[in-house]
Amino acid sequence: MKIAVCVSLVPDSTTKVKVAQTGNEIDDAGVTYIINPYDEFAVEEAVQLKEKNGGEVTVISYGLDKSKEAIKKAYQMGADKGILIKSSSKYFDSYVVARNLADVLKELNPDIIFFGKQSIDFDGSVVPIMTAEILGLPSVNVVTKLEINGNDASAEREIEGGKEIVKFSLPAIIGAQKGLNNPRYPNLKSIMASKSKPIEERQPAYDTNNTEITEMKLPDAKGQGKIFTNGISDVPELVRLLREEAKTI
Amino acid sequence: MNKILVFAESKNNEFKSPAFEVVSAGIFLAEKLNFEFSVITVSNAGEDQLKSLGKFGAKEIFSINLEELNSLSGKPGIKYSHSAIASVISNFAKDNGYGIIIISGTAFGKEIAPCVSVKTGYSIVTDIVDLSGIESKMVKRPSYAGKCYTQVKINTDNYVLTIRPNVFKASENPSEPSINKFEAGKLNISGIDFKSCVSEVVVSSGKLDVAEADVIVSGGRGLRGPEHFHLVEELAAALGAATGASRAVVDAGWRPHGEQVGQTGKTVSPSLYVACGISGAIQHLAGMSSSKYIVAINKDKDAPIFQVADYGIVGDVFEILPALTLEINKLKS
Repeated sequence: MKIAVCVSLVPDSTTKVKVAQTGNEIDDAGVTYIINPYDEFAVEEAVQLKEKNGGEVTVISYGLDKSKEAIKKAYQMGADKGILIKSSSKYFDSYVVARNLADVLKELNPDIIFFGKQSIDFDGSVVPIMTAEILGLPSVNVVTKLEINGNDASAEREIEGGKEIVKFSLPAIIGAQKGLNNPRYPNLKSIMASKSKPIEERQPAYDTNNTEITEMKLPDAKGQGKIFTNGISDVPELVRLLREEAKTI
Repeated sequence: MNKILVFAESKNNEFKSPAFEVVSAGIFLAEKLNFEFSVITVSNAGEDQLKSLGKFGAKEIFSINLEELNSLSGKPGIKYSHSAIASVISNFAKDNGYGIIIISGTAFGKEIAPCVSVKTGYSIVTDIVDLSGIESKMVKRPSYAGKCYTQVKINTDNYVLTIRPNVFKASENPSEPSINKFEAGKLNISGIDFKSCVSEVVVSSGKLDVAEADVIVSGGRGLRGPEHFHLVEELAAALGAATGASRAVVDAGWRPHGEQVGQTGKTVSPSLYVACGISGAIQHLAGMSSSKYIVAINKDKDAPIFQVADYGIVGDVFEILPALTLEINKLKS
């Protein structure tokens, strides 16, 4: 089975976001970059499929040189090949990413393609479906369960207060949600092996951004709240404030 | 002259707040830009249901019958197809000169909007919380789960926007809408547009989802075990709220992932958020700090949650939650 996984590199979720001098991006100082957490579910699903059916897992990332770290993490989890489509600029919109990924995917022609459901930096949640649409493939995002039977597949997709059961045929694009599986912890041997594994580099064929970020701002700081310290005896006063001051109950 | 197309999403053939909110957003945009706007629906909703959109200012509604659309799939027993509905919206927009498309950022909307963007060739910006800069094609959206906000400039004439649910309040603006039944067959849809099909929708125990709720009561590690979450659920019931959870308790398997609030869960902005036994890790704060009012109950007075709380009690959740539930039930009876 030919399997592809698209991954991205993002600031760790513990990052305290600071705005850089330029005013339209985050300050990189002290930021730890990791593979996008949802991409780990995507890689795990891909590797499990390979273990079950045989085949090869190719990881693709669009981004700066440092995005190789995300590919290396996928190597540690069991991916076989990696391709970095190297962006020449720090900013690229979701269409640029989808279009360039689609170019490479078209050539690879995989049986199934995995993404994380969204990246935790810009939270756009559009690249998996855009890529599928560019390629003319079926896609299901926010998937918590996947069953494959020959060319037919069925996915459970999380929606508000429930789930949808979606039927489609392969090849297709799946966006992984937490709950799809439990991503493995790489062992020392695979970590060592990943260091010397080559990553192929490509140049993007398309780089016209349709949208740009002009300003990034932190939310307004909140004033000091009314915090009571007498425990249970403060409950009536809290309820009074919620009713009379906040008018929320 | 451009035109705005608003997609009003229905659930079980009824229109709810996500639909009313996009209609309100459509009116706002139409007035700001001095453009015409129309509403498109794909449902089996009857005339009365369609008219409910008029209450929020929809004047011209194009209604595509879902059963009729599904009959073009050649597949029996399907509920709906995201890709086919995206084709309907895209083809209708292109055929009729709509250059701006607005969709609610619900689970359904997020699945179709990127598809509409590629099919139409319009650019896309998702999860918008502020449209006031639209005359200069500037929109505001959160990033990093709400740790910051970005102003995005759109560089194309035509664009698709998804708006974050619960942010643009649906405002009543009654009008008598014209309802135009539009044949799905006229939109050049065929079997290949049905790339994926929903065969079943499973509702989990009828519980309110954190993404839709106006009031949320969340529990964290301070509850000490899944067996104590009834305290959170009882307060939620008293407030008519959804139950949420911190990442720690979801990862520990105490609560389902659907309840997780935070950077790898859901970002929420309800009117009232009650955090019980949650210390307030940075990922959790990112996901809930845009709530209108935040109440924190935690025994550690230095817990970061108190820095974003409007109201709080330093104390034991095991004592305070039952007392709070009792007090609220008293008030409501």
